[in-house]
Amino acid sequence: MSNTLSRRDWLLSDAPQTRRQARLGAIYQGWLTFRANKLAMVGLIILVLLIGMAIFAPWIAPQNPYAQDLGSRLQPPSAAHWLGTDGLGRDIMSRLIHGSRITLFIVGTVALIAPIIGLFIGTVAGFAGGWVDQVLMRITDIFLAFPKLILALAFVAALGPSIGNAVLALALTAWPPYARLARAETLTIRHADFIAAARLQGAGRLRLLIGHIWPLCVSSLIVRVALDMAGIILSAAGLGFLGLGAQPPMPEWGAMISDGRTYILDFWWVAAMPGLAIFTVSIAFNLLGDGLRDVLDPKGDKS
Amino acid sequence: MLNVKNLNVWFGLVPDRVNAVKNVEFNVTAGESFGLVGESGSGKSTILRAIAGLIPTWSGDITVDGKALKTDRRDRAFFKTVQMVFQDPYASLHPRHSVDAVLAETLRLQGMDNIDSRITKLLDDVGLGKGFRFRYPHQLSGGQRQRVAIARALAAEPRLLLLDEPTSALDVSVQAEILNLLADLRGEHGLTYVMVSHDLSVVGHMCDRLAVMQHGRIVEVMSVDALRSGAGEQEYTRHLITASGGYQPA
Repeated sequence: MSNTLSRRDWLLSDAPQTRRQARLGAIYQGWLTFRANKLAMVGLIILVLLIGMAIFAPWIAPQNPYAQDLGSRLQPPSAAHWLGTDGLGRDIMSRLIHGSRITLFIVGTVALIAPIIGLFIGTVAGFAGGWVDQVLMRITDIFLAFPKLILALAFVAALGPSIGNAVLALALTAWPPYARLARAETLTIRHADFIAAARLQGAGRLRLLIGHIWPLCVSSLIVRVALDMAGIILSAAGLGFLGLGAQPPMPEWGAMISDGRTYILDFWWVAAMPGLAIFTVSIAFNLLGDGLRDVLDPKGDKS
Repeated sequence: MLNVKNLNVWFGLVPDRVNAVKNVEFNVTAGESFGLVGESGSGKSTILRAIAGLIPTWSGDITVDGKALKTDRRDRAFFKTVQMVFQDPYASLHPRHSVDAVLAETLRLQGMDNIDSRITKLLDDVGLGKGFRFRYPHQLSGGQRQRVAIARALAAEPRLLLLDEPTSALDVSVQAEILNLLADLRGEHGLTYVMVSHDLSVVGHMCDRLAVMQHGRIVEVMSVDALRSGAGEQEYTRHLITASGGYQPA
C-alpha cells in the first residue's frame, strides 16, 4: 500500500528529478484527467474490447465467417447462432467479429494518413505565409468544396472498388479540415515570443516547424481525429453499402448492412446487427474523443 | 558595442503604413546599461525587435560590435553576441517543453558542449536549483519562468542583452528579485544591457544612461543622475518624471 502511494507521489511530484520522471508524471497527470471522465472510460473500454476482438478473431468467432449453410439461412438469433444467420446461412456474429479487423484497418489507416497530410499542409501554409499559404489553402478549398462521399465515390470509381482504394479515397478526402485546423493553430502561435526566442538562438525554419509548432498542433488534431473516427467508419460503411468498398464475401460491416437490405422487413437482424456494431464503435470513438479533449486541449487549465 | 543610426521602422504597406520608429539614433558602449523609456506605443520595444532581427521592415544602420546588420538575416555570430529577454514570461516559454528541454536545445543550437553541466550552472546562475530542471512552465511561477527565460538568454554567453520590459508582467516583490538578479549577472558576466521600460524607477535602478521616447522619436538622451534630480531638458521628459511620481495630494 505504502509502495503504491509513494509511486503515486513520485509520479505527481512537482519537482521531478529526471527527464523520465517528468515525462511519466505528465502522462500520469493526463491519465488521471482522462479517468475522471466516466463516459470517456466507457468509450476506451469498448475500443479496447474491439481491438482484442480483432486480434483474437479466429479464436473467438464460433464459426467460420465464410461457411455457407443454405439449409439454415436467415435464422433468427438463437442459442446456435447468437445473432442469427444471413441470407447465405453464415453466422452473423462470426462475421461481425472478423469484420472488426476490417473496420480497424480502415479507421487506423485513414486516421494515420489524413491528419498527417493535413498537419503538414496546414502548418507549412500557416508558418510560411505569403504565396505558399495562398496556394496550399486554395488547394484545400477545392477539396473542401466537393461533397466528401461523392469525391470518395469518384476516386473509388476511378481506381476500382476494393477496400484499399476505399481507404485511400477516404484519406484523400478527409485531410482538408485537418489542414485548416493546423493552419489556424499555427497562425496563433507563429508570432509567439517562444518562437521568436528560439529564432534568436539560431533555430531554422524546419526545427521551429517540427520541434515547436507541431507539438502544439498535434493535440488538437488528435482530439479532432478521435471525434471524426465515427464519421470515417460511417463513410467506409457507406462505401461498402454502395458496393464500392469491401467486396463480397468480405465481412465488412457496411457491406453486411447492404446484404441485409433485401430482407430488412422480414428478417431485421441481418441488417440491424452490423448496424448496431457500427453504432457502438462510433459512439465509443466519440466518447473517447471527448475525454481526450479534456486531457490534450492546450487551452485547458494545464498550460 | 551597439550603434543605431537613422533607424526607421514601419509596419504595413503604403496606404496604411505606420511609422513606428523615426530617425532614431543612439550609441551604447560596452559594459554600459542603457535604458529606453517612454509611454506605450512610443516604439521602444519595436527598436529592440528590429535589432534582434524579429522585424524585417526597417532602414538605417545598426552596428553591433563594429559589424553592420543586414535587414532580415542574422548570422550565428550575432546570436552568440546578442540575446533577448521578453516581456511576458508566460508567452516566452514553450508550454510543452520542460526547462531542461529548453536549455538543452538552446545550448545545442549554440554549438556548446558539456550540455549537462552547463544546464546545472545556468540554473544555478539564475537562482533556480536543480529541482527546477525537469519542470514544465505550468509548474513554475511567473518569476521562476522569467528566470528560466534569462537562463536561456545567457546560454549563448552573449555580451549584449536586450531586455524588453523584463519585469512589467510580474508583481512588485518579484520584480525586485528579477532586477537584482539582472544587476548581479551584469556584474558577473560583464554584460551590456539595453533595457526597455515604461517604469522610470526601474530604469533609474538599472541603467547608467537613458533615452526618452515619444511618438517613435527620441526626445532626449540623459544620464540617470539627471533623471534622479528631475532635470530634463525637454518639456516631455519633465512631464514624464512628474507623472511617474504618482499621485500627489494637492
